[in-house]
Amino acid sequence: MAQLLLFDISNGLITGAFYALMALGLSMILNLSGVINFAHGGFLTLGAYFAYVLQQKIGFFGALLIAPMITALLGLLVERVLIRPLYGRDPLYSLLLTFGLAFILVDGVRIIWGPGSPPYQVPEWLTSPLSSTYFFLTGYRVFMVVLVVTAVAALFYVLNYTKLGLRIRAGTKDLETLSTLGVNTRILRNLNFGLGIYLAGLAGALAAGFLGLSPALGTALLMPSFVAIIIGGLGSLLGTLLGGLLIGVAVGLTTVFYPAASEAVIYVMLGLVLVLRPRGLLGEEGRLH
Amino acid sequence: MNGLKQHYAKIIVWAILLTIPYWFTYIGGYLGLANEIVIYALAAMALNFLLGFTGVLSFGHAAFFGLGAYGTALTIKFLVPSTLVGLAVGVLTATVAGMVIGALIIKRRGVYFAMATIAFGQLFFFIANRWNSVTGGDDGVGNWHRMPINLGFTTIPLFHNSLVYYYFTLLLFALAVGAMGLLLDGPFGRSLMAIRENERRARFLGINIELHVWISFVISTAICGLAGGMLALLDNFVNPRDLRFDLSGVLVVMAVMGGMRSFWGPLLGAAIFQWLREVLSSHTPNWQTYIGIVFVLVVLFFRRGILGFKLSTVKS
Repeated sequence: MAQLLLFDISNGLITGAFYALMALGLSMILNLSGVINFAHGGFLTLGAYFAYVLQQKIGFFGALLIAPMITALLGLLVERVLIRPLYGRDPLYSLLLTFGLAFILVDGVRIIWGPGSPPYQVPEWLTSPLSSTYFFLTGYRVFMVVLVVTAVAALFYVLNYTKLGLRIRAGTKDLETLSTLGVNTRILRNLNFGLGIYLAGLAGALAAGFLGLSPALGTALLMPSFVAIIIGGLGSLLGTLLGGLLIGVAVGLTTVFYPAASEAVIYVMLGLVLVLRPRGLLGEEGRLH
Repeated sequence: MNGLKQHYAKIIVWAILLTIPYWFTYIGGYLGLANEIVIYALAAMALNFLLGFTGVLSFGHAAFFGLGAYGTALTIKFLVPSTLVGLAVGVLTATVAGMVIGALIIKRRGVYFAMATIAFGQLFFFIANRWNSVTGGDDGVGNWHRMPINLGFTTIPLFHNSLVYYYFTLLLFALAVGAMGLLLDGPFGRSLMAIRENERRARFLGINIELHVWISFVISTAICGLAGGMLALLDNFVNPRDLRFDLSGVLVVMAVMGGMRSFWGPLLGAAIFQWLREVLSSHTPNWQTYIGIVFVLVVLFFRRGILGFKLSTVKS
């Protein structure tokens, strides 16, 4: 029982890490540009399939390095061509556009690679269990956790200690003032979008080895990510991170005791947070209105 | 709103809706498609009550549409084999859900309100998909059908006569749309539009913003639930796709495509969208890509909708 419990909690934590990666990117784009990027799940799926194609040519680790970058480049392009004209408009329009884009991306993946799930090869030495008692503790799981932690740490480093991060944070507070101070906010939003998509691509490349490839991979992770952002508190990236992990663990735990409700439990948490603490765990007060 | 223009629009719309079963086949349509258009149009108009006239974006209305559909189907299948009771339960289910969720998220605005509706929208999809013993899971709820309505002196043959069912839905459509139109023309509707145009000013005028938005949300969800129930009755079947997030987006795109600042815009949007989906899905397996392209094109080029008037775009 204890083993099973630990197994499900570790599953939950890893899924939660994917939620968090995804939600962090979504949150960054939302905070700086006011865009709900519904296509985020589509980009994640693309990242996963890019990694799948690349790993046959340059190996597993090469693919893990390159695939998110290609995804991010595509993100930069999409932002430049499709989303930039919508800044300053009602957020309805960017939401609708990315919604349509999500259709195109997911269906495009299905057209190119088929509806099934092609095999995604994780190196064998990574997949074998590290301990016979805790059978689930494979190298790949540890590897995923380490990589996600590194990525999140790197993100927070960039945001807190680099010029780009400083500008992104400033832009989140007051884009207009930042613009009058001479910062090119168009490029800033573009880079910020790319950074968010990079995280989605990375999550995709990692998740493919854990959840399996399928065109719907990203969509399945998208909805909980929205919940993670609200639970964590709008405007707070740390809150988003916390929200993602919390949801993951909650899903993992519910899977042990009452599997049928493992998805609904997310919404119970959402309801509780909205009633007890409307601004979210770490949300800023002003963001409510 | 231009009174005379509105008047003519009304006459044309009703003339088309009342006669469509008799000429739709000549332009490549069929009765079922016309019926679907009426039903989705009602859902889109209900959404637009909130979106276009209150200025609040909900991206989770599929949930209420689906609740209406499931409420109706499950009631007829397991509880009371009556079309009207089924519909009533469906609408009630959607309304109660709308009341609770509305109360939870009413203080949020703009993108954040939209995001909360997206998040909650999926809850009922998961329930319908997972609660196999009641909802049949992914297979949906089948093995039931809409019942004739017994009036005592005569019986309305809803089930065996699709034409009669079409006019039954049209009657419900007329009642719901008429109610929305009356509300919008009265003081309540004016208050909603005041909120849409300038929330802060409306608040200073003494309008209770939260209460008004909440009531508008609940009305919108109730009518959306009615439309869902009507679709369930049309198909004699429901499945989880009736409440998945795709539909929420589709309803919004119908409203935007037709023109969300005009009362009849969503009807036009629904007609075009349903017709387009019909044509695309019978010609290509990749129709979802084309639907996605339609979304993108609408946003880039039809931002004010086909019936959109020269209103300045509201800044975020």
